Amino acid sequence: MTVKDFLSLLPHTVLLVWASLLLLVDLFIPKNKKAITAMLAGSGLLITFILVLRQWGGQSLAYHQMVVVDNFAVFLNGLFALTGIVSILIAYDYLNRMSIQKGEYYVLLLFSVSGMMLMASAADLIMVFLALELLSIPLYILSALAIPRSESAEAALKYFILGAFAAGFVLYGTALIFGATQNTALVEIVAKINAGGLDTGLLIVGAGLLLVGFSFKVAAVPFHMWTPDVYQGAPSPVTGFMSIGAKAAGFAALIRVFTLALPSFSAVIAPLFAVMAALTMIVGNVAAVSQSNIKRMLAYSSIAHAGYILMALVPYANPAAAANATASALMYLVVYGLTSLGAWAVISAVEKVDGGDLGVHDYSGLGKRHPWLAAAMTVFMLSFTGVPPLIGFWGKFFLFRTAIEGGYVLLAIIGLLTSLISAWYYLRVIVMMYFRDGEVEASKAITINVAAVGLAVLVLLIGLLPTGLFNLALQALANGMG
Amino acid sequence: MNTIPMSYFLVLSAIMFSLGAIGVITRRNPLVIFMSLELMFNAANLTFVAFSNAFGNANGQIFVFFVMVVAAAEVAVGLALIVAIFRARGSIDIDLMSSMKN
Repeated sequence: MTVKDFLSLLPHTVLLVWASLLLLVDLFIPKNKKAITAMLAGSGLLITFILVLRQWGGQSLAYHQMVVVDNFAVFLNGLFALTGIVSILIAYDYLNRMSIQKGEYYVLLLFSVSGMMLMASAADLIMVFLALELLSIPLYILSALAIPRSESAEAALKYFILGAFAAGFVLYGTALIFGATQNTALVEIVAKINAGGLDTGLLIVGAGLLLVGFSFKVAAVPFHMWTPDVYQGAPSPVTGFMSIGAKAAGFAALIRVFTLALPSFSAVIAPLFAVMAALTMIVGNVAAVSQSNIKRMLAYSSIAHAGYILMALVPYANPAAAANATASALMYLVVYGLTSLGAWAVISAVEKVDGGDLGVHDYSGLGKRHPWLAAAMTVFMLSFTGVPPLIGFWGKFFLFRTAIEGGYVLLAIIGLLTSLISAWYYLRVIVMMYFRDGEVEASKAITINVAAVGLAVLVLLIGLLPTGLFNLALQALANGMG
Repeated sequence: MNTIPMSYFLVLSAIMFSLGAIGVITRRNPLVIFMSLELMFNAANLTFVAFSNAFGNANGQIFVFFVMVVAAAEVAVGLALIVAIFRARGSIDIDLMSSMKN
């Protein structure tokens, strides 16, 4: 291990060490002062975020080609660290009100964030597998945090079984690719494939198994069945965190492995991506229409948004379109992350101890009683729908544009039509909040309200400067390992 | 040493993986599902070791150690979940886990 190796994984190492120490320190923090644990965890993530940013512009492989530092990793790692910080803001008040305030929440969150960061930096299939498990195992426990509430127990067990199932596919796929190329490092695999003379049968089956495993993680149809139950049953801040964290990590692996290491299979894989994207958009949006529980509705919405992002992966082997397409996928991850975290913040603020006030009709009267929260929720719902000038619109705009550039006009049309369908269930929330009377009460805690309103402001502001974000995403791909 | 052909290992591990996957989908007892998950992981392990042996490099065998550690950590969490669920509701039958259907 050289100094260069160590420096390239410095943010990850700091976060892991910080989390392990916090686990010990938390033992000495009394039960009614868990705010200290939350703040310590938040500052750990902040330090990590700063360390991550300092790596921008560098490009190196480290630890025997196991990990890579490039702008792509930095971009996503920054997103993961910020997601963690906002999730802590959302969770602190929620856990207090539900009387499940536990120091472990923050520690497990840090472990999961470090897993996501490793996933974005992984340059070896074995690292991808290890990072996948490091991000997933804490999430299983976090989903179970509200036990003995039966929904939480159910969500945790379902998430665990299907998560491990997906990991099995990833692992077996890795084993077969190892068999075909004698290697698991992505750069070596690329070199072997370019040299030719390999057993392509093994390679394609391996790549297919990897695709199945990652599709579970990003909740793409037909591997989405677990999503509604898990999103509904897990505690709301945890759902918010996994809705963006786990999804973005899954896409990080998909993009890294398929656009980078396996572009030579595009003839086989690209049509698969196209069919999956179309099905995911249709199934997610259509199923969301009939949901009356807001958590379940947003779960289907999250499936639908995975479909939009998958659309960007379809033209991945066409060099003319690939850069723009992947950049718009990265941009959409940020767009979806901001909007989704904000929506889950509002849901966490409104939810009651007994799990009440989770129906869409329970939001009646929120506009009068909590104007700030309602205004924020309005911004998030409009951004989800894709109303200009919010970032949701620009995210979809760039995605649809690249789909058309890549020659997949039909996909763009499906995306447009399903967005119209989605307006029905997103706008219903707004109608409930402003045009129905109700007695809804939400949390008045500062942290959660600041998180919700702050995210809404971000959604508005970035919506005014969308090209800045897109250019940042383009730069993130400029110095990829190739 | 290398008297057993490579294809034997591959076919065996493919069968193990398929049995595991089918078990996860069809079985109703979480403990049996966990066993099926282990079967899937070990199918991958067998593939790794077999290829590693055929190539004459140790990489694949080292990966198996990683996988075993991860699988142990995963099962520890899974069993803890089952215990917590059993305490909370007195049963771990998967069929009873459908309180959230609309």
